[in-house]
Amino acid sequence: MTVRAEPFVVNLGPQHPSTHGVFRLRLTLDGERIIDADMVMGYLHRSMEKLAEERTYTQNIPFTDRTDYLAAMTGNLAYVIAVEQLCGIEPPERAQWLRTIMCELQRIASHCMAVGIFANDCGAWQTPVMHMLRDREKVLDLFEMACGARLTLNYMRIGGVSRDVPPEFMPAARKLIKELPKKLNEYEDLLLENEIIVERSRGIGVLTPEQAMANSVSGPMLRASGVAWDIRKADPYAAYDKVDFDIAVGVHGDVYDRFVVRLAEMRQSVKILEQTLDLIPDGPVHAQLPTATVQPIDQPVAPLAIRPPVGEAYGRIESPRGELGFYLVSDGSPAPFRFHIRSPSYINLTPLKLMSVGGTVADAIVILGSVDIIVGEVDR
Amino acid sequence: MIRLAEWYDFRDLGNTVGSLLDQIRDWGAPDWVPYVVSGLIGVVAILLWTVLSVLAFIWIERRVVGLMQNRIGPNRVGPNGLLQPVADALKLLFKEPITTREADRILFWLAPIVVFVPTIVVFAVIPFGERMVLADLNVGVLFLIAVGSLNTIAIFMAGWSSNNKYALIGAMRTIAMLISYELIQVLVLLAAVLFVGSMRLGDIVAWQAGYGVWLLFLQPLGLLGYIVSGAVEMNRSPTDIAEAESEIVAGYHTEYGGIKFGFFYQAEYLAGFAIAAVIVTLYMGGWTLWGVEDWVPGWLIFLAKLYGVFFIYIWSRGTLPRLRIDQLMAFAWKFLLPLSLVNVIIIGGEKLLWQEAELSSGEALPLFAVVNWAVAVVLIVGWAWVLGHQRPERVAHRAVLTQEVGAIHFGEPAPTV
Amino acid sequence: MLSNGLSVTKIITGLDIAHRIEQMFPAAVEDALPEAATVTPAQLLDACSFLRDDPELKFEFLSSLTAVDRLEYFEVVYHLTSIRLNQMTAIKVKTTGRENPRVPSVTPIWPGANLQEREAYDLMGIVFVGHPDLRRVFLWDGFDGWPLRKDYLIGPGGRFPGLERFPGESPEPLGGRG
Repeated sequence: MTVRAEPFVVNLGPQHPSTHGVFRLRLTLDGERIIDADMVMGYLHRSMEKLAEERTYTQNIPFTDRTDYLAAMTGNLAYVIAVEQLCGIEPPERAQWLRTIMCELQRIASHCMAVGIFANDCGAWQTPVMHMLRDREKVLDLFEMACGARLTLNYMRIGGVSRDVPPEFMPAARKLIKELPKKLNEYEDLLLENEIIVERSRGIGVLTPEQAMANSVSGPMLRASGVAWDIRKADPYAAYDKVDFDIAVGVHGDVYDRFVVRLAEMRQSVKILEQTLDLIPDGPVHAQLPTATVQPIDQPVAPLAIRPPVGEAYGRIESPRGELGFYLVSDGSPAPFRFHIRSPSYINLTPLKLMSVGGTVADAIVILGSVDIIVGEVDR
Repeated sequence: MIRLAEWYDFRDLGNTVGSLLDQIRDWGAPDWVPYVVSGLIGVVAILLWTVLSVLAFIWIERRVVGLMQNRIGPNRVGPNGLLQPVADALKLLFKEPITTREADRILFWLAPIVVFVPTIVVFAVIPFGERMVLADLNVGVLFLIAVGSLNTIAIFMAGWSSNNKYALIGAMRTIAMLISYELIQVLVLLAAVLFVGSMRLGDIVAWQAGYGVWLLFLQPLGLLGYIVSGAVEMNRSPTDIAEAESEIVAGYHTEYGGIKFGFFYQAEYLAGFAIAAVIVTLYMGGWTLWGVEDWVPGWLIFLAKLYGVFFIYIWSRGTLPRLRIDQLMAFAWKFLLPLSLVNVIIIGGEKLLWQEAELSSGEALPLFAVVNWAVAVVLIVGWAWVLGHQRPERVAHRAVLTQEVGAIHFGEPAPTV
Repeated sequence: MLSNGLSVTKIITGLDIAHRIEQMFPAAVEDALPEAATVTPAQLLDACSFLRDDPELKFEFLSSLTAVDRLEYFEVVYHLTSIRLNQMTAIKVKTTGRENPRVPSVTPIWPGANLQEREAYDLMGIVFVGHPDLRRVFLWDGFDGWPLRKDYLIGPGGRFPGLERFPGESPEPLGGRG
């Protein structure tokens, strides 16, 4: 016999320790069971897509830092790739490799946060996330060396990167990737087999591959459902076609697999970084741009106003959260006519109701943690 | 004549108090005066000790957890941040005690007091030293259980009266949890009482000192049950479900601020000390330590053990994730309850055997210890296996690595850890 | 995109996809450009389920759905990916006029369109007929206007496309760095 209580509504958020920002989850509960889940978003909506229509293509790069603020490099890269497609610009070789290095460092930093906060959502009171923040800080130190900023990096430029890395960057990066595997072993020892984490996350929030694909879920969430889809492999950009790495996929599509896939991806990122640091060629880091004819090519100054031909482009990359795409429509003026961000955090939330109905409040928190949303990217 | 012959003998603070009381009697006071004075001294001493211990342990916990988490912890107020708890306490005292508009005012104000009193009353029956017990009840164990369960009411009062949904969920969870775990607590205490043959906590300590063996060597299952149910009662990770920070913000005390929150906070620590004190008294020989108590004051031994046990709870808080409510309940009803029942039966049988077969304690106790530990290990491992601990859907695994784009690996076997 | 400009993902051009759709539904294609094929709203759902289920196409993954204000009309752009066959295409659908733009919802075909269509409704004001839960998503209920439309907060150059949006801009294509 089941006892049914009167359904009542609980608002998780917008101010709540585990909604990862100002995100609101409206749960209808029957006791502890969730019978309905509704998402309320927009507390961080800054109308970036409208703002971008009034700014030049280069001025829009900093906006892309502020969507996914834990992975600014990938945000930058997706946007400049879309603009490059629109203009037909080919960045020089070294810039491509630098982009690869920066994106993989960013992936490690972002996954550190994702895994740590996920453990925090499971109730491991701050300890894992503090350890992982330590490694993230080291990555941010490298970013500071390369571009002077730690969070909103604004490093990529249309046709290359803003500047070459300083000479001390490569030894520091080598040192970091030498010690990272030890740290990753430590995390796997502590978290992978942790009885409570396994118990809390196995079989929770299951998405079958069909459900995941139909719901446009991408990134580690799609891979956790067993679908080997990684844009780095499927449609290589930057220098990903020249490095050897594997796609990490899960086999059950549950919360645990998402966590496992993220841990495995950090290892693959280390593997990619090891190769890039050896293979990176010398050369210019910025391409000759159509409007920058007066500038010498070796001067790392990006042009202020480029005017792509009339047309449209969809540039996409694999950000730490999934398929990050920029759909740009040009009308021949210095500003995009339409600037649309296909943000993985937002679209990965589509099956949240599907995953959480039937579970308990505690499950909903863990599921939300496993989606790994960044509210700046959800709301834009 | 002033009789302060042995007041300086700090090995047993009972002497000091006794001398003082004799002095009062000598002054010709009526009989009830020393009676009341002795009670007052005990109460003041316990209150002072608890407040100081709580303040000290707030600092210790934050520093220790800081160490575990790669950070320093409080280090600004006073030397090494030692005065941080004092500053926090002062801040809580001077904060405005906000009562939310829709709250049930009377219950809302009453709850912090009701939660605080039972946790401190428990210490009345705890023997801190040979004669250092405020109320040497002959039903001390019963008193522990009775007073310990008052917490439940207070927490439900807090959760209900705040008129907050997080608080209500927290209160609901607490009721479910505490009632289940109190059953286990009673069963394991029953086994201990059965074996020792007294409900007086002082007698239990004396029994352990007399035979030179701690009950933890004889009743490992009982110790396990008490440690887990203690963790549940004091709301600490991995069982801090009633105030699960990442789920329901702060649970039943979400709406409390200022000194009312301070009461809850202190009650949480005091409940921790009470649980640790009971574990030390029942299972770890109380204030005795195989003869060392002749040289070192017994109350120091007791406090050292108590803080040691409490440290285990700090450690678990810094390292373990939280269970879900249904998993914790399942752990109580499916795992701990059968084990504590078996524990009672085995202990009862052994007691009977000891009496009927007229074994000497030198023969019986080592035999029982070996048997009980073996049984405990077999039961814990075996019962976990029966309940499906290593089922394939509960085993940790790693990700599958592949190079093939677009392939689907759902449901395939994954590499094990 | 590879660094040599080639793509590993097979891009099916709008012309090609228009040809395939026309074979199945002769009246479904309105216009075809290399970027995307434009489908009539009436036969959007038929065309979409064909694209999803055809064994040579298998576009089971809706990458992106967005709306563009083309001043005379709106268009909704669908970027489709086939994960199993690693190919991509884009289709579009145009609304008739600016008043009361209505487009059939593709949520029955791709549930992943749910939030994306809500976003397009919220910011561009396009009504997706048949959407299960068409509410505002970022803005609050009762918000006046559709912010991403070009007539909402008109820029300095007015509503015109192209360089006229920027009155100070030189008409020469490589005219300095302004």
